[in-house]
Amino acid sequence: MTKSELVELIASKQPQLSVKDVELAVKSLIEHMAQALSQGQRIEIRGFGSFSLHYRAPRVGRNPKTGETVKLDAKYVPHFKPGKELRDEVNDSLKAGY
Amino acid sequence: MSALTKADMAERLYQEVGLNKREAKELVEAFFDEIRAALSHNEQVKLSGFGNFDLRDKKQRPGRNPKTGEEIPITARRVVTFRPGQKLKAKVEAYAGTQS
Repeated sequence: MTKSELVELIASKQPQLSVKDVELAVKSLIEHMAQALSQGQRIEIRGFGSFSLHYRAPRVGRNPKTGETVKLDAKYVPHFKPGKELRDEVNDSLKAGY
Repeated sequence: MSALTKADMAERLYQEVGLNKREAKELVEAFFDEIRAALSHNEQVKLSGFGNFDLRDKKQRPGRNPKTGEEIPITARRVVTFRPGQKLKAKVEAYAGTQS
C-alpha cells in the first residue's frame, strides 16, 4: 500500500472529508513525525509501536570502488519497534496462511 | 522531552490543517489503524518521505532460555521491519550534527 492508496482508503471511510483534506492531513502527519525524530524526540503509538533514534559510532569505512579509506562520523538512524498488538496481528497472519 | 503521541498529532491537524477536533482525532486513529490492517494482511506499506514497513518471514531456529540454559526452538514467525527513506535518514543525521 502506498501513501496515495492509504489516503484513498481513509477518505472512503470518512465521508465528511474530501480526498484533498485527507491528503493534506496525511502529509502533515508524516511531516510531524519526521520533524519529531529529526529533533531527537521519540514517537509512541500504543498498540502500533514506537520510533526512536539509534546511535551509530564513528567508524572508518572504505570506498568499495577505489579502496580508499574514509572517516565516517557518528550518526543517528531512525528505529521502529513494533508494539505487542501489531507484532501479534502480523504473526497471526502467517498462521492464518496469508 | 516527552514522546510524540497521537494526541499531539491530532492537535497539530486541528491547528494547522483546520480539521475539527473530532475529525483530527479520527484521522490520526484511521492512519495507524489502516497501516496496521495492511500489515496484518501481509501487505507492505510505503510512505514516501518517511519510510517503508516491510514484512519478513523467519524460519524456525534453535534458541535457548537464557535463565535455565534449556534449549527451546524459536518458532517460525512473521515480523514487521521499518526501513527509513533517504529523506528521513538525512533529516535525522542532521540532528546528530547539531549535538556535541
